[in-house]
Amino acid sequence: MAEIAESGGGHDKGGKKRPKKGSTRIDMTPMVDLGFLLLTFFVMTTTFSKPKVMSLTYPAKIEDKPLEKPLPINNGITFLLTKDKVFYYTGQFYAPGNPDGKPVSVLEETNFSPSDPKGLRKLLADKNAFVIKEKLLLDEKLKRKQIADTTYERMLNQFMSRKEALKVLIKTDDKTTCENFIDLVDEVKIAQIGVVAPLELMKSEADLLKAKL
Amino acid sequence: MPKIKVPKHSPSIDMTPMVDLAFLLVTFFMLAAIPRETDPVDVTTPSSISEKIIPENNLTVTIDKGGRVFLNLSHADARTEMLQNMAAKYKVGLTEEQTKKFTIMTSFGCSMKELPQYLDLTGEERKRFNTIGIPTDSTKNELKDWIYYGNIAALNTGQTKFIEAEMKGDKPNANDFKPKFILKVDGKAAYIFAQQVIDIFRDLNLNNLNFITSAEKAPK
Repeated sequence: MAEIAESGGGHDKGGKKRPKKGSTRIDMTPMVDLGFLLLTFFVMTTTFSKPKVMSLTYPAKIEDKPLEKPLPINNGITFLLTKDKVFYYTGQFYAPGNPDGKPVSVLEETNFSPSDPKGLRKLLADKNAFVIKEKLLLDEKLKRKQIADTTYERMLNQFMSRKEALKVLIKTDDKTTCENFIDLVDEVKIAQIGVVAPLELMKSEADLLKAKL
Repeated sequence: MPKIKVPKHSPSIDMTPMVDLAFLLVTFFMLAAIPRETDPVDVTTPSSISEKIIPENNLTVTIDKGGRVFLNLSHADARTEMLQNMAAKYKVGLTEEQTKKFTIMTSFGCSMKELPQYLDLTGEERKRFNTIGIPTDSTKNELKDWIYYGNIAALNTGQTKFIEAEMKGDKPNANDFKPKFILKVDGKAAYIFAQQVIDIFRDLNLNNLNFITSAEKAPK
């Protein structure tokens, strides 16, 4: 520990009282204590990490009236979200009594559990196996420095927009929480899906969803 | 041979360098901890694997659990410009001091009518201020105007910064200086509240949005 201030220098010599020669050393222990206390406080309160953001591009608004006719989509999957539950159907949507005479689309249920074999992660990974496989090959090439970072990004984006790649549409009902939505988008990003579009829930889909709940 | 004398002094260490170091660190962390005014709402954001860092020039819309909407603009100059335009449009008279207060505070959430009163409060009082946030309903869509003027103001400041960077001789990317639009939503908030705000953005043809998320480890 720090030096303790010695008490005055002069012993009484021959009765003459001299002014005490104060030691020039100061006990620094309390100052050090305070210094470290403040240090600890500021280290604990300072946060260096800036928050992270997840980008999402919404489709541009073309007209005001909501879409009632399903959009034709190649290799698509549509998720219908409701509070803590998620349903999906693949390909085009066929409402009951559609003019094409196709069987009505069936909603399947899935969940957010990452380990469940019926969960979202497994489902998306299976459906998007094409991109994931290509990405692994690209990763390998990147590791061996055969391609540059920019080439890697560009090629990955190209694979993501190929017709073999899965496209995801997300539709939400009015009970969905933001957490459900973000979780789903997150899963989509984990599965390396490039095309995600949040869309309005159509009336016929809403009816189908209601029947499932 | 003479015996080696062991000094009888107390084993003391010179602490000066340690103290110096400690205070240097204290000073550093004090300066690093930017004195920030607290947000008027506490929002727990959901987590995602995204590693994109929040852009510098941004316009942030915060939505709390109850669906109240708050707005924040990152650059002080842009804030002043936005406020002046809004005050002119809604014919709200603001004092010099109120304008100054607005430029230095963080997110705010109140209607234009409540604004002068809201600005006079301190940070803690604003937290308790009873408000419905910025109105977003179609009859009195103040948020749309805020975003509209905020976007213009942020574009202007972005442009100034871009020119400054160009003058310095760097080769800046113009896209880095454009304002980015950020949504900070509470995980427990209903998605329709967010959708309402997103629709306003889309009405203004701003389709590229970012959600603030807390970081989560990506699965292998």
